[in-house]
Amino acid sequence: MLKKSLIALATGLALSTGAFAQDKIDIVFIGKNTGNPYFDSLTKGFVEACQKIACNFEFVAPATAEATSQIPFIEAQIQRGVDVIAISPNSPDALNQVFDSAREQGILVMTVNGDITGNESHRDLTILPTDFTKVGADQVEMVGSLIGYEGEIAILSATTEAPDQNFWIEGMKEALKDPKYSKMTLVATVYGDDQPEKSTTEMEALLSNYPDLKGVIAPTTVGVAAAAQVVQSRGIAEQVKVTGLGLPSEMRDFVKDGTVEAFQLWSPYNEGWLAAHFAVDLKAGKAKNEVGSTFEVPNLGTITINEGNSINTQSALTTFNAQNIDEFDF
Amino acid sequence: MQEVTPARPLWHVILVRPETMTFVLLIAAVVVASQLSPYFLDISYILRSFTLSAEFAIVALVLTMVIIAGEIDLSPAANMALSACLFAWAQASGIPMPVAIGIGLLAGLAMGALNAFMVIALQLPSIIVTIGTLTLFRGLAQIIAGDKSIRVPDWFIGIDKILVFGIPMPVVIFVLAAFVLGLILAGTIFGRQIYQVGTNEVAARYAGIRTRRIKLVLFLLMGLVAAVAGMMTASRLGSVRYDLGLGGELQMVLMAMLGGTYIFGGRGTILGTFLAAWLLVVVSTGMTVANLLPAIQLTVLGVLLIVAIIATNFIYSRTQR
Repeated sequence: MLKKSLIALATGLALSTGAFAQDKIDIVFIGKNTGNPYFDSLTKGFVEACQKIACNFEFVAPATAEATSQIPFIEAQIQRGVDVIAISPNSPDALNQVFDSAREQGILVMTVNGDITGNESHRDLTILPTDFTKVGADQVEMVGSLIGYEGEIAILSATTEAPDQNFWIEGMKEALKDPKYSKMTLVATVYGDDQPEKSTTEMEALLSNYPDLKGVIAPTTVGVAAAAQVVQSRGIAEQVKVTGLGLPSEMRDFVKDGTVEAFQLWSPYNEGWLAAHFAVDLKAGKAKNEVGSTFEVPNLGTITINEGNSINTQSALTTFNAQNIDEFDF
Repeated sequence: MQEVTPARPLWHVILVRPETMTFVLLIAAVVVASQLSPYFLDISYILRSFTLSAEFAIVALVLTMVIIAGEIDLSPAANMALSACLFAWAQASGIPMPVAIGIGLLAGLAMGALNAFMVIALQLPSIIVTIGTLTLFRGLAQIIAGDKSIRVPDWFIGIDKILVFGIPMPVVIFVLAAFVLGLILAGTIFGRQIYQVGTNEVAARYAGIRTRRIKLVLFLLMGLVAAVAGMMTASRLGSVRYDLGLGGELQMVLMAMLGGTYIFGGRGTILGTFLAAWLLVVVSTGMTVANLLPAIQLTVLGVLLIVAIIATNFIYSRTQR
């Protein structure tokens, strides 16, 4: 702690005396809460970008993901005088007022990996991993290809109220109307509350209630791992195909032993990488935060700013399977 | 021969008390925090940070009186959420603003009355009763608001942006409330009776003190103040959700304990809680602006609380007459 405080003190002194040779901008990323491996990967994208380009980066996060727990952290960053606040918001509206204060001080406020839907005017832009309107359809295609586009399927979701989950489930139901999937029936949607035990119980119940079940989509990292665990311990990988949105680090063993053939996600790393590059370019006047304008990001190519000042790091989900899973470490 | 304890010297009476410890910790915290980060020592930043806890701090003042009277109330944060939800829901469904505010305040009073009924009339332990109502109020708030947030009108937003001589309104309200409640507790017969009820309820009743009425007044005040705090939070955030003030009861108890309020009743002061509220804000703000990890922050707060409890009990046991 002493070392940390000394570092903090030294950085503070250096900042206040303006000792930095170049005009590096200060970016801080405020996570939902600490101890979340997903955000470790996102943070790594920021860190590695700032090793190459003109930015200083720091990560902070509250202990709990409660709606107002990020407010003191935002106030503190305003007081520190950072240039950019990137944040994965814990609330769609409780942060509006403090975002306004930050922007009055000339701080660029960008939401990352989740937006303040309905209150977009309180932030400058949002960086989302992929086009969320396509997630449902992508997932249906994924499970369809695994079961030969025929048979009963079920969805294992997180909580009944999670906005992303419900949005994707709607998308899946919409996609299933396509004649291509006419021989597939969605028999049940169950909720594991993003808890491993509950998700396991729900998966077990699905298997006993629907003996003819062919495929399960779990669009949540906790759910897909729990579902795979159940299939692995029962040794029924041939009969029931599990797929969904998962973290490569948690799914690696299931893919290696054939329990899961393929699953999907985006790269959280790229969100951090892109956010840092865009912030630096914007502050340097090399990019514009205008709908329709484009900019270049190394490794990601040309990125376009979409409607509502929204940026997607990738156009479609990344599919992970036995061939490529070792290339990802988050 | 009867053993007589010698009278305590005046300096002893003034200095050896929990509030002194809280004050010393506060000064130490300010010094450490300004060493941790060059951005900390800025009075307007500290005041702005205080507004984030001001609602809890105001309720903690009343909670201090409840604890001195030998009871506890763990439901005020949930009360804040439910009364704010009722108020927001009422005004969103077209009820005029003053009426909606009245509904919120009445709801707070009713919640205080429910606690009082179970504690006083049914003779149930307040810790169990208020853990129950904590859950109940939060549940009702979720039924009313669902998982959505309810907006409040623009003119109602921003109580923390109103400055009185450069001091944000919630801080002004907190200081005024502390002043008034401090006077009541230390300078009126009612205040003295609160201490007597908390020290020995049976003896107080035999001495002719209407203990039930005192507790009723305190629980009702608690409910009303929590409702006010809930609406202040709504004004600061600009919207209301069922999870408003979630976990706030712990912060309130923490403030009372850090300020030297004796958990078994009979001892404590408003000044102590007043200082402790500032101590908590300085400690957490100092660490947040220095970008210290939450794990470190929690550890420091935990150590602080344990130190305060040990010191309080030590001081009280040494000065027991």
